[in-house]
Parts: sequence; structure tokens; C-alpha cells
Amino acid sequence: MAETVMSPQMSEFLASGQPMLEFENVSIGFEGHQVLSEVSFSVAHGETRILLGPAGGGKSVLMKLANGLLEPDSGEIRVFGRSLQAMKERDMYEMRAHIGMVFQESALFDSLNVEDNVAYRLEEEHVDPQEIHARVLEALSFVELDKAIDKYPSELSGGMRRRVSIARAIIGRPDLILYDSPTGGLDPITSMTIIELVLKQRDVSRTTCLLITHRLQDAFTLATHRYNMQEHHMEPIPNHGIDPSTRFLVLNEGKVVFDGATLELTHTQDPWLKEYIE
Amino acid sequence: MRFVSPEAYAKTLVASVQEYSLLCAQAIGDVFSRPRYMADIYTQMDSIGVGSLPIVVLTGFFTGCVLALQAAVSLKEFGAVNMTGELVTLSMVKELGPVLTGLMVSGRNASGMASELGSMKVSEQIDAMRALGTDPVRKLVTPRLVATVFMLFFLTIISDACGIAGGAFVSVAMLKLNAGTFFHTGYMSLVHGDVVEGLVKPLFSGFIIATIGCYYGLRTTGGTRGVGQSTTQAVVASSVIIILVDFLVTQLMIGIFGR
Repeated sequence: MAETVMSPQMSEFLASGQPMLEFENVSIGFEGHQVLSEVSFSVAHGETRILLGPAGGGKSVLMKLANGLLEPDSGEIRVFGRSLQAMKERDMYEMRAHIGMVFQESALFDSLNVEDNVAYRLEEEHVDPQEIHARVLEALSFVELDKAIDKYPSELSGGMRRRVSIARAIIGRPDLILYDSPTGGLDPITSMTIIELVLKQRDVSRTTCLLITHRLQDAFTLATHRYNMQEHHMEPIPNHGIDPSTRFLVLNEGKVVFDGATLELTHTQDPWLKEYIE
Repeated sequence: MRFVSPEAYAKTLVASVQEYSLLCAQAIGDVFSRPRYMADIYTQMDSIGVGSLPIVVLTGFFTGCVLALQAAVSLKEFGAVNMTGELVTLSMVKELGPVLTGLMVSGRNASGMASELGSMKVSEQIDAMRALGTDPVRKLVTPRLVATVFMLFFLTIISDACGIAGGAFVSVAMLKLNAGTFFHTGYMSLVHGDVVEGLVKPLFSGFIIATIGCYYGLRTTGGTRGVGQSTTQAVVASSVIIILVDFLVTQLMIGIFGR
């Protein structure tokens, strides 16, 4: 994908050095069941924040809160420095133009073909049809799915749907990408293809991202690998290096149990965390 | 079976009415502001209006036929069989045309809207739409609302015409009445208020069908089973409310026009 073209407001925001995403004492519950309680963390510009934790720990809810799709019961969420609680729904739609989201089950529009799915955001923004087509091709070739342009979601495999979903998320050249379990339910080989795409997006565009995964090997691949742009493949960072921009957040029963860098996680002394990682 | 306390039930009911009212207010508000999804409105007009034409034509025609047959039996006892045209026309224009068309379109389209939007809801397509910067109410509800209200108005006129044609067919072919008399008595029996009453009702019915169908669709939870439940609830609720509102509008029209 091409480099992100930043609006003046976004450049001004980035110059201020504020985090791209901030959660401050955020709590939310459904029907008497507390899903997240007092969650606080922040994601800096260019950071890849990996969200780990057992199933049912509130990770997907956190992702929807970050995009304003849910409202917290208490606490504050700031995206690009602006509080979501202070925003009107209309402002929220404008804010979402800067965010790409990949859903757990892809959430492709099943009545639209791949081209229209990927082009959806641009069509809503009334971009010139020729430019839309060119950008759809660019996004689809990024996820190596240009041949499926005329297919419908029902004709695609799970991995292909996930790739279309990534293409739809990145076509708007977002400043923040939210990946909700992009490898969930996929076989190891397809999962690795998806992780390679996430890594490619990270290293080519340097886009800030928040990623949920249940697979620890995916998380550590992101932390220990880089994308070789000359040879077009993923490779380990030399000398057992670790990507400094990749950080971890671990949730358990709605609470943050870890917030830190890769080495801090691997050298943790917390018994629950040690057991979880092992 | 799980029993719910009366207090919890009342709270849920009030919350549902509030949610429905807010959805209606937003859908109406979106009609008067940009962006407008005109292509979606035309697509829905085709799907709701043109798609419902066969059932509306058939229902209207056979209702008129039955009405003529039943009316003739009763009127014969009073020696007033020539008034069959008047009875069929008045019944179709004031009551049966609008209500039956509303119920038919409700059965076909409220269920369709609830299941379509419900499937989108449970497969996170509604959330995806919001995440892509589109307001689902503006994109999905408002076009359905505009299309249903607009098309139901014309479908009711077609249904009225088919009903009267059906009544005329039975009167002429089976009851051996004079076609001219049928249409003349029918035409002469109608006054301005009757036509207004018959044309105001579909506006309310169209509003109910679209908003109830979309409301149940957008609040769907619980996978494919939830979609099925929403579809059933949408048809039941919209049918009952159409008949209830029909009663209220009839009462209002009698108050205004005196008949």
C-alpha cells in the first residue's frame, strides 16, 4: 500500500506527541456481568499493540469500545486525542474515516462482491470511480487477492474473506487499524499468511495497530519478524532482534494483568501469566 | 421456561418503546438531511412496490369477488341486490383495500426487512458499516421507510381498483347484474372523505411496516435462531399495530368527515 496521506489535523495531532489511543479507567458490563473493569492503557503512534488473554476476557468488547461501536459505563476513551464520550455520533463517523477495522468473522457485506466490499468506504466518500477501481486493485494486490475481485463472499474461503477484510480496512489509508482476531478459526498456514499481511502493513506503512490474537505464536511472530520489502517476504529480525514498536497487553477476566514490551512479557514472574504463556 | 418479574418486564417494555421511538425519529430526521441514499430508495421501491404487486393484485381481486358474493346473498333478502356495487366499492376503498394491502405487504416486507437486517446484525455487518463511517439508520432504515410509505400508497390504489374489478366480475358473470349499474352505484356512493380515509391509512401502514421491520431487525441477537424470532415478531407486531392504527384512523376520519 502507498504511504498514508495525512490530513493537516492529523499531522498537528501527531506533532503533539499524544497517544493514538488511550483508555482511562474504562469499565463496561452487560446484564449485570462486568466485562471490563478499570482498564487503562495507551497506544503510541507507530506502535503495534497485541492484545492477549483467555476467551471471554473482554478483548473484542475493548476493540469495539476503541472504535466507538460501544459506549463504556464509566471511564474515558481518547482516539487521536479526542474523547469519544464528548463526540456526537456524526463526529464519530468522521473519526472512523481514520480507522480501519478487521472483524473477527470478516463481516463482509454478503450482497456485494469483493470489489464493492473493498470499495465501500471510498464510494461513501464519493471518490472518483476510476480512482476507486485503481485503489481497490492496489489493496487487493497488497493482500494478493486481485483475481477474486468479482467473487462474492460466499464463494471465498475463510482465509480469503479475512484478506478481503484487511483490504477493506486499509483502502482508506487509516491512521489506526484494529484487528479483531484476524487469524481466529484459520488453519496454521493460512494464519501465517494473514500475520505476514499484518506485518507487511506494519512495516510498509508504519500504521499504528491494535491486534487481538488467541495464538501466542502469531503474537511472537509479529514481535520477532520483519517484512523484507526487496524480497517480498517475512523474515526473522537478525540476531534474535525484537521489534521495539511491538508491545503487549494481556487481559484476564476484564482486568489488565500485563502492559509492556515483549521481553518484559517473556521474563514475567507473575505465576498466572507464566502459565498462560507456556 | 424462565419467568420475568413484572418490574423487569415493564422496564424492558418501556426501553423498547423508547428505542423504537428514537429509531423512528432518527429515520424521519434523516429524510430531511444529507447524505441521501437515492439508489437504495429506488432499489427498495422496486423490491417492496413492484415485488408486492402480484400478491396485492390477487388479494384485492379475490377479496372483491368474495365481497360481491357475500353481499349479494344478504342484500337479496332486502331486495337490494343492485346495491352490491355500492357495498363493494365502499368496503374496498375505505377499509379492505388499505388494511389487506397493509397486512399483505407487512407479511412480505416487514419479515423481509427484519430477516435481512437481523442477518446483517448477527454477522456484524451493521457494526462493519458503522466502522466504515456509514450510519446504518440513514443507509438501511430511511430508504425502506420512504419506499414503503410511497409504494404502499399506490399499491392500495391498485388493490382498490382490483377489488372493485373483482366485485364487478362476480356481479356480472355470476350474479347477472348490470355492469353499468355496479360501477354507477359504486361511484355515486363515494364521497371525498371516503377517498381521503382510504388513502391516509396506507401512509400509516407503510410507516409501521418499515419501522417495525427495521426495528426488530436491528435489535436481533442470538444467531440464526434470533433472526427467525425477529422475523416472526416483526410480522406479528406490525400486523397488530396496522389493525390498531386502522381503528384509530377510522375513528378520527369519522370525527372529521362524519361518516
